[in-house]
Amino acid sequence: MNGFDWSAARDALPLVLEGFEVTLLATVLGTLVAAVLGLAIAIAGRAPSRFVTVPVRVVMEFIRSTPLLVQLVGAAALFTFVEPLTIGIVVLGIHYSTYTSEVYRAGIDGVPKGQWEACRALSLSPRRTWQAVILPQAVRNVLPALGNYAISMFKETPFLAVITVQEMVFEARKYGADHFAYTEAFTLAGLVFLVASYPTSLLMRKLEKRLGH
Amino acid sequence: MATEPLPLQKTAAAAAVDIAPVPATSQTGRPLVRFDNVVKRYGDHVVLDGLDFSVRRGENVTLIGPSGSGKTTILRLLMTLEKVSDGVIWVDGDPLSHTRAPDGSLRPATEKHLRKARKKIGMVFQQFNLFPHMKVLQNITEAPVSVLGMGRDEAETRARELLDLVGLSGKTDAHPSQLSGGQQQRVAIARALAMQPEILLLDEVTSALDPELVAGVLELLSDIARNTDITMLCVTHEMNFARDVSETVLMFDAGRVIESGSPEKIFTDPAHERTREFLTAVL
Ligand SMILES: Nc1ncnc2c1ncn2[C@@H]1O[C@H](COP(=O)(O)OP(=O)(O)OP(=O)(O)O)[C@@H](O)[C@H]1O
Ligand SMILES: [Mg+2]
Repeated sequence: MNGFDWSAARDALPLVLEGFEVTLLATVLGTLVAAVLGLAIAIAGRAPSRFVTVPVRVVMEFIRSTPLLVQLVGAAALFTFVEPLTIGIVVLGIHYSTYTSEVYRAGIDGVPKGQWEACRALSLSPRRTWQAVILPQAVRNVLPALGNYAISMFKETPFLAVITVQEMVFEARKYGADHFAYTEAFTLAGLVFLVASYPTSLLMRKLEKRLGH
Repeated sequence: MATEPLPLQKTAAAAAVDIAPVPATSQTGRPLVRFDNVVKRYGDHVVLDGLDFSVRRGENVTLIGPSGSGKTTILRLLMTLEKVSDGVIWVDGDPLSHTRAPDGSLRPATEKHLRKARKKIGMVFQQFNLFPHMKVLQNITEAPVSVLGMGRDEAETRARELLDLVGLSGKTDAHPSQLSGGQQQRVAIARALAMQPEILLLDEVTSALDPELVAGVLELLSDIARNTDITMLCVTHEMNFARDVSETVLMFDAGRVIESGSPEKIFTDPAHERTREFLTAVL
């Protein structure tokens, strides 16, 4: 085995960072989709009508029991006219919303029953009950868990390479193939992942501690 | 504590002007609250068994009875936190638990009906149930602004008056967790009063408080009972308070009223052996 080629690594850096921008964009927007959609699913799951709750549950079960990769490839095959990055963001968001909705559900369940009853005793509308009383308390409970899902989504973005999104691992592989320097390019990508996600998870842990008390 | 005239006197009186001035002792006239053969079951467990009683406007009623006799259930039914299994609850001549269909028959109430009907009723809970993420002032203004459509400035002015009334004018910007239990309960009382209820339900509102904080809250409630037209239904184990503020005491046992009368009558000369036993146990 020949040693690590530092000049190749330096050479690959701009390309890898360019890919990192796409990775970051996919993570941020994907998390946004997962956060908003997950909340909508959690609230729909509490609907009094079974015509709402049952279809929601079936779709969620379906998404959760198929691999992300299959969903990406399937969506890319179905929606050939949509840009791959957009498909990637939406599929990541939907996939993760099935998990974030559980997080929200737990957060909502964690709001004491007395809060709902106080809202009723004050005649607050359902909308105001959610908006002013339940969600502000539930979201506090779920922020750390949502952050952790954002980090795992970040680490799953390389799957987007399969549908030709030019994210970081896609770029690293391209560089590796063109210059026969896979080790350098992938090591670099791995380092960027580490540097980005480790401080974020430390931050999350801190946030968790602060909100816990 | 507040000895000056209470600011809420005006508003409560204004809510009451459209009814005939029925003397407080009169038994005639339409009752404000009427339980008509009300049954409440949880599964097979019958909690209220054909309950009948009524409350006149402005009357202060104390509900007493052994643990599990259904006192809380009665208040929760009135607050529409629970649904009746059978029978009808009437408030001010209109069905509360039911909606009147076009043909005049009664149907179980829709959520829409309940939302409208419950506006006349307010409740103070044993565990306060303040909104922990809101400041004291916002706890009080939230419902007047979002439900009654009151302007924010007006709602805040009124909230400050109410905080003054409950002796907490300095705490507008505190969060509930920064207050003692007694102070939290005063805020909860102010919050309920801010909705200008015609009927105020109080379920053992001092039993979660440290003993030294009880007297202050009871004194506040006595003031409210004396100085407003609000009809109060309270569940309490504080018999002196009951004697002080209520015109009528209802003694419950096993989901039925077994005896009712003035506090003097019930406390000094109860007709039922069960009442006597209960009173000896709690006094
Ligand atoms: N959600 C519920 N599900 C099942 N049973 C219930 C429920 N709520 C109340 N009960 C039962 O109804 C009965 C009456 O309860 P309730 O709380 O009204 O009594 P209470 O008179 O307020 O008693 P206490 O003085 O202890 O507060 C009890 O036997 C209780 O176990
Ligand atoms: Mg009770």
